Amino acid sequence: MSDLASAPGTTKGTDSTFAHIVYVLRSNPVTLLAFAMFAVLLLTGILGPALVPYDPLQSNAARALQPPSFDHWFGTDNLGRDVLSRVVVATRLDLAISVAAVALSFVIGSVLGSIAGYWGGWLDAVLNRLFDTIMAFPLFVLAMGIVAALGNTVENIVYATAVINIPFYARLVRAEVNIRRDAGFAQAAKLAGNSDIQVLALHIFPNALPPMMVQVSLNLGWAILNAAGLSFIGLGVRPPTAEWGIMVAEGANFIVSGEWWLAIFPGLALMFAVFTFNLLGDGLRDIVDPRQRS
Amino acid sequence: MSLLSIQGLKVAFQTRRGSVDAVRGVSLEIDKGEILGIVGESGSGKSVTSYALMRLLDRNGSITGGALSYGGIDLNSVRESTMRDLRGREISMIFQNPRAALNPIRKVGHQIEDVLRRHSRATRSNAKAEAIKALEAVKIRDAEARYNAYPFELSGGMCQRVVIALALACDPKLLIADEPTTGLDITTQKAVMDLIAELIAERSMSAMVITHDLGLAAQYCDRIVVMKDGEVVEEGSAERLFTAPQHAYTRKLVDATPRAGAGIRALLPAEQRTPEPVLPVSDTPLLEVRDLVKTYQGKSGPVHAVKGISFSVMKGQSVGLVGESGCGKSTTSSILVRLADPTSGEILFDGEDLANTPAKNFARDPRRAKIQMVFQDATDSFNPRHTARHSIEEPLARLGGLSRRERKERVGELADLVGLPRTLLDRFPHQLSGGQKARVGIARAIALEPEFLILDEPTAALDVSIQAIVLNLLVDLRAKLGISYLFVSHDLHVVRLLCDYVIVMRDGEIVEEGPAAKVMQTPSHAYTQELLAAAPVPPALQEPASSAAE
Repeated sequence: MSDLASAPGTTKGTDSTFAHIVYVLRSNPVTLLAFAMFAVLLLTGILGPALVPYDPLQSNAARALQPPSFDHWFGTDNLGRDVLSRVVVATRLDLAISVAAVALSFVIGSVLGSIAGYWGGWLDAVLNRLFDTIMAFPLFVLAMGIVAALGNTVENIVYATAVINIPFYARLVRAEVNIRRDAGFAQAAKLAGNSDIQVLALHIFPNALPPMMVQVSLNLGWAILNAAGLSFIGLGVRPPTAEWGIMVAEGANFIVSGEWWLAIFPGLALMFAVFTFNLLGDGLRDIVDPRQRS
Repeated sequence: MSLLSIQGLKVAFQTRRGSVDAVRGVSLEIDKGEILGIVGESGSGKSVTSYALMRLLDRNGSITGGALSYGGIDLNSVRESTMRDLRGREISMIFQNPRAALNPIRKVGHQIEDVLRRHSRATRSNAKAEAIKALEAVKIRDAEARYNAYPFELSGGMCQRVVIALALACDPKLLIADEPTTGLDITTQKAVMDLIAELIAERSMSAMVITHDLGLAAQYCDRIVVMKDGEVVEEGSAERLFTAPQHAYTRKLVDATPRAGAGIRALLPAEQRTPEPVLPVSDTPLLEVRDLVKTYQGKSGPVHAVKGISFSVMKGQSVGLVGESGCGKSTTSSILVRLADPTSGEILFDGEDLANTPAKNFARDPRRAKIQMVFQDATDSFNPRHTARHSIEEPLARLGGLSRRERKERVGELADLVGLPRTLLDRFPHQLSGGQKARVGIARAIALEPEFLILDEPTAALDVSIQAIVLNLLVDLRAKLGISYLFVSHDLHVVRLLCDYVIVMRDGEIVEEGPAAKVMQTPSHAYTQELLAAAPVPPALQEPASSAAE
């Protein structure tokens, strides 16, 4: 028995979660960059209104359509509002919409997908046809339809974005749960006295988290684009609220006459956010997967 | 001059914890027509040596020293294109898992054609005929029909024959067989090994057989090299290694190999042998199975997995359930542990019928804690997100009714009981070795002090020296806790060590049962005799044990 006891590395316990995160960040510079960009985004969202030099809604006819200068880094729009202030302040709204929508589709999709994957049978068939139906529509058009039907509010943008994303989460969870339904550890959990729901929620579902994290992060970027897209065509957020989609829509009118800064900067902000979330996925997966710790 | 010569081979892998030396200066030679066995336990570097030889190391592995010479060619320095020509034509390999070695979506005949045409052994016009010839050479019946089969349509043994056909299609001079029979039934193992030996002799090839089974190597190899921790510790003929092992590690391996005539304590190194405990068996039955039937609805009509079997397990008794894959032993054990429902029949536990409670509701049954199981695949049976502590604690938290502090204490006691260092409790399954995982699995199963424990091949994936320790642990636990065992296994020699009574199953029926000694000494059914004969017999013990094996 001695050779078992002196197995490799009888050091104390496992790496703590924090040490593991540090390791993931250090071993992968892209992940580190993604997390740094995410921190910038998050801080801008939280502190935005306190940081900006001008009131984002304050118009000033005397200084309308000024190009970027030392006073106005991103220039001013047709009403003389500071573009930098508006871009920064809009971060909170855009982040909130996408996070809320993704959280909603994550929860609903996980529950439906778990049920379909674990019990199978007619439940699985019915749910799958439901997801097929949703996915049969061009998703942006479906979102437009939902917002148009429910009413032109920010909440409805969240619901519409959530609905069109549910099938992706449900499909993913269904596949991950299905392959683990008869795994040894699920059977062992049943022998330990877990009911079916406990086996599913406490043992099988958490193992689907690593691929889910990649989906969540890609989806966040996609949800931001979706929300901006809806407001670009005039749904959801209404002027004069600062929001990247509206700002791009309004600025687009002035590109022809040479005032490029109105649309470019909110567009770059949008790009920065989407790029951040896309980079974030792999790093998040490595962090939630315990098998990466060794 | 020898066909293959390896001098001071060193292989290192780059990992998260820095560079790891997997092979540390291995030297060996294979002559023309010789079969060399490389024996060692997991992590000994025996597979890595063969991969290095074929230049098939993983991306993070590299040869850091030594010379590899095959018939005068320096394998370490030739170009990759030359290496591609050598692989398959000069040196061929049979892999551990035949299913994984075959492309799942191509017909096996086409896969053989690929190799033949790659090495210009066949043209488009005669490739099919040549492929069928290759299949016939490995004694696949009805080769023309099998040519069109996909790997998933073939049994494990059949897949391994196809892999052998692939490896030998271009008449290589050296065959490397990496654990060629792992995962195969014992009678299939014998058939496959006999086939390999015959083909090698027929074509006067050389071979390198990598295995963890000293008995198997002894039976088929001319010379054996024993490896440990990336080094060769001993080399010699099979007889010499068994009768007069020089190195302590070889001695340990020889001892740990289950064989006729050796008791369970004899598997341990001499200095660790304690007297065997007395195991009282009562006359009152704990579990009575009556006319158990399980029928599945298969694609082509009903499948009769279990065809009305009856047996009993007495209090304190250890019963062995032996059979090959597909005999219904796993179905039976999952019904008994109440993870599946029988089609009909009674399972009387302490006189009450367990089958009355459907498996779906059994998690809440008061008898849940009394019937537990140790799973076959230790890796698969642990939640990868839970630490060892969490896994052992799970049944206590659900059914034990203990407070958090009491549970923590109990987990510590259990770890001591199964000999798992407490420091390892906070590790995740992938951070534990096979033997450690087996201990965690046993600790979890006995956490609730069950009366009946089903052991589903708990040592199948373990090295022999770890198997010896785990089997002895199970005997000690039985003596200490008075648990009844149902030991499910395909290996009669292991079952004999642990069980008082043996049941042999085939095709869902019991073909023979009786006291372990009687079934082993004088098997009455032809199938039991076949099973016993298929097990490799170590040379040193051949003479005195032959009466038991015949």
